[in-house]
Amino acid sequence: MKMVNLKIDNVNVSVPAGTSILDAAKEAGIKIPTLCYHPDMPFTASCRLCLVQIKGKRKLQPSCATPVKENMEVITNNPMIREARKTALELLLANHPMECPVCIKNNKCELQRLAQELNITDITFEKCSDMLPIDDQNPAIVREPNKCVKCGRCVEVCHEVQTVGAINTAYRSGEYNVCTAFQKPLAESECVFCGQCVNVCPVGAIYEKDDTQKVWDALNDPDKFVIVQTAPAIRASLGEEFGMDPGSLVTGQMVTALRNLGFDRVFDTDFTADLTIIEEGNELLERLENNGVLPMITSCSPGWINFIEKFYPELLQHLSSCKSPQQMFGALAKTYYAQKENISPEKMFVVSVMPCTAKKYEAARPEMNSSGYRDVDVVLTTRELGRMLKEAGINLAILEPGKFDEPLGISTGAGAIFGTSGGVMEAALRTVYEVVTGKELENIDFTDVRGLEGIKEAEVDIDGTKIKIAVANSLKNARELLEMVKSGKGDYKFIEVMCCPGGCIGGGGQPYGTNNETKQKRMQAIYKEDKNMKIRKSHKNPAVCELYEDFLGKPLGYKSHKLLHTYYTPKK
Amino acid sequence: MAKTVKLLSENFGKIRPDSLEDYLNAGGFEALKKAFTMKPLDIIEEVKKSKLMGRGGAGYPTGSKWEQLYRIEKFPKYIVCNADEGEPGTFKDKLILNYDPMKLIEGMIIAGYVFNSNHGYIYIRGEYPDSQNIMQTAADVLEKTGYLGENILGSDFSFHLHVRTGAGAYVCGENSTLLNSLEGKAGRPRKKPPHLAEVGLFELPTLVNNVESLANIPYIVLNGGDKYASFGTEASGGTKLVCLSGNVVNRGVYEVRFGTTLREIIYELGGGVPNGRKLKLVQIGGSSGPCFDETLLDTPLCYDATWKNGITVGSGALLVVDDSNCVVDFVKCITEFFVHESCGKCTLCREGNKQLLKIINKFTEGTASEKDFDAIRRISDAMTNGAFCGLGETASRALTTCLEYFKDEFEEHINGKCRAGVCSFEKGGE
Repeated sequence: MKMVNLKIDNVNVSVPAGTSILDAAKEAGIKIPTLCYHPDMPFTASCRLCLVQIKGKRKLQPSCATPVKENMEVITNNPMIREARKTALELLLANHPMECPVCIKNNKCELQRLAQELNITDITFEKCSDMLPIDDQNPAIVREPNKCVKCGRCVEVCHEVQTVGAINTAYRSGEYNVCTAFQKPLAESECVFCGQCVNVCPVGAIYEKDDTQKVWDALNDPDKFVIVQTAPAIRASLGEEFGMDPGSLVTGQMVTALRNLGFDRVFDTDFTADLTIIEEGNELLERLENNGVLPMITSCSPGWINFIEKFYPELLQHLSSCKSPQQMFGALAKTYYAQKENISPEKMFVVSVMPCTAKKYEAARPEMNSSGYRDVDVVLTTRELGRMLKEAGINLAILEPGKFDEPLGISTGAGAIFGTSGGVMEAALRTVYEVVTGKELENIDFTDVRGLEGIKEAEVDIDGTKIKIAVANSLKNARELLEMVKSGKGDYKFIEVMCCPGGCIGGGGQPYGTNNETKQKRMQAIYKEDKNMKIRKSHKNPAVCELYEDFLGKPLGYKSHKLLHTYYTPKK
Repeated sequence: MAKTVKLLSENFGKIRPDSLEDYLNAGGFEALKKAFTMKPLDIIEEVKKSKLMGRGGAGYPTGSKWEQLYRIEKFPKYIVCNADEGEPGTFKDKLILNYDPMKLIEGMIIAGYVFNSNHGYIYIRGEYPDSQNIMQTAADVLEKTGYLGENILGSDFSFHLHVRTGAGAYVCGENSTLLNSLEGKAGRPRKKPPHLAEVGLFELPTLVNNVESLANIPYIVLNGGDKYASFGTEASGGTKLVCLSGNVVNRGVYEVRFGTTLREIIYELGGGVPNGRKLKLVQIGGSSGPCFDETLLDTPLCYDATWKNGITVGSGALLVVDDSNCVVDFVKCITEFFVHESCGKCTLCREGNKQLLKIINKFTEGTASEKDFDAIRRISDAMTNGAFCGLGETASRALTTCLEYFKDEFEEHINGKCRAGVCSFEKGGE
């Protein structure tokens, strides 16, 4: 690797060629303020907060977007630089609604933090807030454009990472803003509600629709039997809401916290993740045996479902007909569990805690009511659960670990790894191998499909039959695989797609500050959870076996089809 | 009119723009034929000798720009002519487009030959529909007659010209923005580096030159760089089309040698200020250019002398403003223009112009205070030092230079007085 030597504030620094001045300064222990910059995305260099002076250059340069050069001399702090940065920030603040104490982003806002770091105590410029309408016409995401600082991160992630392009910058000068085509509500746009824009927004301009009050109301209603299910990925991230390090595994504390909040039962989506493996695994085998449509593609990621319905409706028959674990859970809670416990499904209220904004949209799909009631009543994101716990004065970090209720809280390591890219594939392979061969799988760690890489491929030998599989995370990579499927390339039999980069650990409902580094740590936590489990194969989950014996009968049976499977609708 | 020369403007009005015959009779395409006998590097050498500086406004030496692109060994390369002429008070490219389009095309073909580029784009501002038609017609004529297209003049060199139009955004005159617009993207600037010579149109090496720069190329090739340079001064080679507008008797475009003083241009060519009024200020180089008073009128028009006096040749626009105008009202108009034209991408330009206008409005409304000078300084410094592109960098230049020369008039406005009687002080004042 070619190294470049330069001086930053008179400190000698040596960094690989291509490094930005911003990153080089980090190496030298110098922190340069940034707003539009995001470590995992291309720069826009629009905020002008990271300006630095380069010897020989007349103008200040954005350090995020300027690569280092040999013998470059950089100054990051002098009156001219400080003035330019402070002026840029003050100008942004003059255009900002300043509703900080009542903003969803209060205390987590990058603009707020910068105002503190740059020692802004007064805004000398005249206030000139925008007067654009709020868009909350969908179940998942709220856009509040008046708070937008025009950093462009949401646009970058929507276009470059997800290739959805629902939002873009439009107009010019003071009217320049981020909007959908023709200013339509998100619901009428290409938006798949993945919430990656929410994750990267530095301020409170785009956020999850807050459903916490609905949950408080249910918890407060003596007639309601309130059940909660927790997604595999949230136990590896919820701790961050309480100042714990990324990758802190808080499964037990989370259970106690939910119980303390007042939920009647604390169950686990990992249970239906195991169930998904049985149904989906059998569906794959059936397709393989009966010349069905191949490759079969997973269907647990609701942003992904929205994407394929909108962008590749011609490939819908490749999707597994399995509902997502969240929806399977809801359907079973209000049928199987309701019968078992003799609770009227009418009174049952199912809350799920998900790392995801698209799950809110999924739960609201009209077809998701196979129990006769809404399968899932309310979906909270990881962030919303964090807010509820704080509101209730519950400090997750100091709680004694608790245990999930039975039977819908019993799960295996295979269910746990659903939370990360490659997990569904790995869980499926653990089961499919044993179901097909009748032999015990010796090495159950399919490391080829693990990691943050966008597209992962592997070939699996199932008793002499080799099948090719692929795993994609982020919609850009999903698109790439779909194009291969369309053109007959790849010859895959089974594909896992997760909408968000890294899978659910990087979901649009996860704690703010999600980046590749935090995702990596959350991923490690998920695999640690898997390793910790006594049972690590879905078909060995005793509660799942009991469910088939007592209620469902057999995989892909009548009841399964009624409760656990769904259909898709072209939405182009 | 001894002060004017006819080098670039020689054919204006004498030939029909769509007539190849007229153009050939006027010596057209002799330069191209000569160019085909030369080595590309030799042509670049002549351009360097000509001391031709970019005529769009930035004044970057054209020869150096060509040399840099030549050294890049990546193909294909593109030739782009910036005909977005959006700088207020600038209307010289329009004359070339309308009266001698084939000369511009000849310049582009020569550039294409130098860089072994087979495609040229000319991006004409949206407000010039006539020029677009004329250019397209001229291109069609040349395509039919073998001067454009495959195997030009029987050589193995091919060059295709594409006429494209803007949609009215001033910022699209900024080269990287222009390329974005050409690609069908929104008109917003790109971060440089990478420079357009490396990553230009469709991310390929690209030459972007102004109309006037390219139209000078045939003369330089035909007569040599030295000959061209001899029309100008030591530092600034050749001639310049100057656009004289505002409070002068004879408004219009004049071709002058570099070195002609501003006073000569305004008083001898322009006939001075009409109606017995006094000259108050001159703005040079368009709305993004600096303003000054009569003390700088003896500055010769050339790059080094203007720079020495803190001004610039810019696009060659000279706007004369007499004493019936209020300087605050004048900068208000200019700032309104930049508020309208900011692309909105970067904080400093988008929010800065907006705030500057608010402050200027306080002066014209009679509600300004001494503190406002401080706010102007803060915003304009930040914009000049840190805006994303040239638009934000220069948007406050009229304001800050007017404050340099006419601060007393701004101060009078704080006290509710407008000596020109233009400002109405709706919200305060006397």
